Amino acid sequence: MAVGLAHYLTVAAILFTLGVFGIFLNRRNVIVILMAIELILLAVNLNFIAFSAFLGDLVGQVFALFVLTVAAAEAAIGLAILVVFFRNRGSIAVQDINTMKG
Amino acid sequence: MILQTLFFYLFAAVTVASAFMVISSRNPVHSVLFLILAFFNSAGLFLLLGAEFLAMILVVVYVGAVAVLFLFVVMMLDVDFAELRHGALQYLPIGGLIGLILLIELVMVLGAWVIAPDVSATPAAPIPPMGETSNVAALGQLLYTRYVYFFQAAGMVLLVAMVGAIVLTLRHKEGVKRQDISQQVARTPEQSIEVRKVPSRKGI
Repeated sequence: MAVGLAHYLTVAAILFTLGVFGIFLNRRNVIVILMAIELILLAVNLNFIAFSAFLGDLVGQVFALFVLTVAAAEAAIGLAILVVFFRNRGSIAVQDINTMKG
Repeated sequence: MILQTLFFYLFAAVTVASAFMVISSRNPVHSVLFLILAFFNSAGLFLLLGAEFLAMILVVVYVGAVAVLFLFVVMMLDVDFAELRHGALQYLPIGGLIGLILLIELVMVLGAWVIAPDVSATPAAPIPPMGETSNVAALGQLLYTRYVYFFQAAGMVLLVAMVGAIVLTLRHKEGVKRQDISQQVARTPEQSIEVRKVPSRKGI
């Protein structure tokens, strides 16, 4: 049984769902939420590259590169904000992040 | 072909299993290590799809930079993670429900979805055959010509992220001696040299 586009899309869908599930499961721990976001972006990248390979179009890989860039920037900024928040409040629990009462 | 199928199932199974461990592990350090495993195996999936450059970038950037950054932050923050896990199961039903709904939606999209037959006939940038041009060369030829502005914008995003992260986390401690260049340059001999007349045989 040859591996087709649907196989890769299924793997990406499972990864995406696990990422979303992880955000809900770890409502208190911001670091694991950031890791779940990385998983979601990885699933999106897998979709891009699978479509790129099976449709024979290189543009999907170019866009996956940009998604990778944005994911790296997001992780850096998110972790920097987390470190600053921990210095100020001494906690990273999500329910403590309510100073702005948004 | 059979080897490719075998490796696809190996990589896919390990990726999904380690992604599950990322979100369910009690210790965040284990989470980061499983995230690294997930990245390595998705790099394997990328290789199977022929995206060699992106597979290597995934290993270098994600494993080498992002995951290590996560590891640093997890180990630097002095947080009682066991306390954070407490009461996590109260979100299990709603999270499971939403995850299940999302998965069903994705499966329904996959099931009822067909690629238009003329799409692969007119690609925006066709992938050259493997023997002719390597993946890196083909990607570079596309990225540095047609997508050069997007490439520059991606560089700007990274620059802004770098400056932002430095500005956010930089702090000046009180009581640490620092070099102040303008103060040094502004010093005059009148401020810093004191000429005293020393009487002979007496000392100062």
